[in-house]
Amino acid sequence: MKKENQIPEVDIVVDHEAGVIREVKPEKLRSKKGHERRVNTSIYVLLTVMSIIWLAPFVFLVLQSFRCESGGQVNYLLPKQWGLDNYVFLFTESNFPRWFMNTLTIGLVVAVVQTVIQLSVSYTLSRMRFRGRKLFMKAVLVLGMFPGFLTMICLYFLLKQLGMTQAGAIPGLILIYVASSGMGYHISKGFFDTIPKSLDESARIDGATRFQVFLKIIMPLAKPIVIYTILMAFMAPWGDYVFASYVAFGKASSYNVAVGLYQWVNTNDFQGYFTRFCAGGVIVAIPITALLLALQKYYVEGVTGGTVKG
Amino acid sequence: MTDLEYFKLSKPAKMWHNLLTSLRNLPKSVLGKIKSFFMFFVHLFVGFFNEIKDIVLTYKNGDWKTRVSFTVMGFGSCARGQWLRGLLFFAFQTVFNLYIIFFGGAYLAKFNTLGTVATTRKGRVTVYGDNSFLILLYGILTIFFVLAFIYTWRMNVKQNKLAEEVLKAGKKLKYAKDDISGLLDSQFHKTLMALPTLGIFVFTVLPIIFMILVAFTNYDANHQSPTNLFTWVGLQNFRDLFSTANANYANSFGQVLLWTLIWAFFATFLNYFLGMLVAIMINKKGIKLKKMWRTILVMTIAIPQFVSLLYVSKMFAADGLVNSYLMRWGWIERPLPFWTDPAWAQITVIIINIWIGIPYLMLIATGILMNIPADLYESARIDGANAVQTYGKITLPYMLFVTGPYLLTSFIGNINNFNVIFLLTQGKPDVLGNKAGATDLLITWLYSLTVEDTNYKMAACIGIIVFVVCAAISLVVYNFMPSVKNEEDFQ
Repeated sequence: MKKENQIPEVDIVVDHEAGVIREVKPEKLRSKKGHERRVNTSIYVLLTVMSIIWLAPFVFLVLQSFRCESGGQVNYLLPKQWGLDNYVFLFTESNFPRWFMNTLTIGLVVAVVQTVIQLSVSYTLSRMRFRGRKLFMKAVLVLGMFPGFLTMICLYFLLKQLGMTQAGAIPGLILIYVASSGMGYHISKGFFDTIPKSLDESARIDGATRFQVFLKIIMPLAKPIVIYTILMAFMAPWGDYVFASYVAFGKASSYNVAVGLYQWVNTNDFQGYFTRFCAGGVIVAIPITALLLALQKYYVEGVTGGTVKG
Repeated sequence: MTDLEYFKLSKPAKMWHNLLTSLRNLPKSVLGKIKSFFMFFVHLFVGFFNEIKDIVLTYKNGDWKTRVSFTVMGFGSCARGQWLRGLLFFAFQTVFNLYIIFFGGAYLAKFNTLGTVATTRKGRVTVYGDNSFLILLYGILTIFFVLAFIYTWRMNVKQNKLAEEVLKAGKKLKYAKDDISGLLDSQFHKTLMALPTLGIFVFTVLPIIFMILVAFTNYDANHQSPTNLFTWVGLQNFRDLFSTANANYANSFGQVLLWTLIWAFFATFLNYFLGMLVAIMINKKGIKLKKMWRTILVMTIAIPQFVSLLYVSKMFAADGLVNSYLMRWGWIERPLPFWTDPAWAQITVIIINIWIGIPYLMLIATGILMNIPADLYESARIDGANAVQTYGKITLPYMLFVTGPYLLTSFIGNINNFNVIFLLTQGKPDVLGNKAGATDLLITWLYSLTVEDTNYKMAACIGIIVFVVCAAISLVVYNFMPSVKNEEDFQ
């Protein structure tokens, strides 16, 4: 009798999904909460430390771009003399504005053309079944395993025949970036595969041609992947050093930002150009970073989608 | 064992069973592979024979229009009113003939020697001879053109046969108007794929075949055409690459290959697990400001690598920020040899690559973690599983299952991870000889051989090796990765 009147020393947890009631000892529950708090605190500490490590180089970069007193590397962080000297140099005495415009031009053109090509290819591979489809996909897989630079000297020669090296490097580079963009169909094909085929079919029954289906039905639905493709296509040329330096070889007015700034840091005179490199880096990084952060949602969608569908 | 018995097994027993079965089936599967390889040639041969038979029969049974088409392509199509097709066939034939007569034929004829007469200077006059580079390149182009011609010719013959059959059945042929409207409808794939395929062909396929063939020539600094012709040398370059004599390429190559694999392993798996860990931390229930943490990490992806990596590389230089601060604080006397000592350099690039890789992997892992059914965690928590157990029993298997293919592509991507190595170290310190450095991957070594040394033949060899390594890894993984085959294992 006595036992029944005793207040049970347990807390009851209802597990709705499993449909059962479980008992948890209250002290355990309390200690769990304390444990939880400790874990969360350590996670906050870790994340803060990480954020500092991740952001530090960029803070340093910005700080040093405002340093006026010496051009090389120094053993302190905060400039002794703040100023815009490096930025003034960039825009008045160097080729930097030219490089920036070159890269911007390449980026914009590539973004448009590459997106059109990539979307066409991925739409075709996702929606239509035709002879050579499997062959195309297998060929792209195999070709992708060859290192790209292998083709460099051959491409250089081809471009030279077309007059697209050195002074004509900008159209030449655009051609190289765009020409093989059909090989990068994977992510957008994965996306198209998720759009139900019945949409196409009902439109086709209503008398729409394949072209109309593509333009009027699929494209509006594919906005996220279109934005992702444009973003990636636009950003890639900003970081390309290898092809850009090879094609524009020795012609400073045809460099892109990567080649120009790379030459500043890795020439013998780099001591004089280090802070200028930092300033240039900041100018390049700001628009690109702003763009990516503004379109972060689409970027994340593309990256994760591409992985899962492989 | 029946399916039912299989499903009754516990998970480890299932895995053990799978392993045993795959081992037991190994000889069979290898035999199967060899058999299908031979069958491929048998099918090829049979297919070829059938094509010939069909061509002969078409000629024998065809009317005069068809027969004329055998020599004048497109004649039959034109005569039957299919103007567009006929004219296209005829135009292709004309272009092909002109190309072979005035251009390609000469190059193709010299293809077996790659030229014999070098360009020389006699006094002030340059006497032009052959140019091996052009002969090789245009030779390949011509061979492709010939293949394309054979294919088109076959299509032309087939068209005639089809047209005859259609007319005999009393149906209507497809005319120019149908052909053009078809390009936006039933044949829309041709419209969409034509340009991309052409681009891939000219700017990827042709150059790759060119460079594969360069690996079998002696094209290097001493054989720069047109003044010094190069020629075929068979497998000599590969023999050099694997031999310890002369330049001792074998040593440089072995070390670079080893480091490439070590690098790819760490760069893939270290980033993978750490990135997953960060994602789990950010996504944990009760952690606030999720978006802010994520944005901070995404920012580092956004900044172009040549800015961030070049800057970080300078930070770790002898006179860079890290060393100068450590010295100022009196922790060290001399600068740490981040980039000058081989082992230091290797470890530093791996660590800096974690800095590069974690944000990216964090994003990927976040996407997948959100897809893991929440009730799995809920019931695990109720059953009293702690964080480590939940991770080992739910998160990790799920992640590995979903990202298996990604891990493979990422491993291969890291074998070819040019940017990180090049921007950080350029492969230095150069201690391995033949332009190879301690942090050189095969791909960066290939780059320095090409750009600094103009040693194209060796660069081409290494390119082929990179391909072989990547292809071998992919094949092995695809064939023996159990998670690909037994999808139901996880659920």
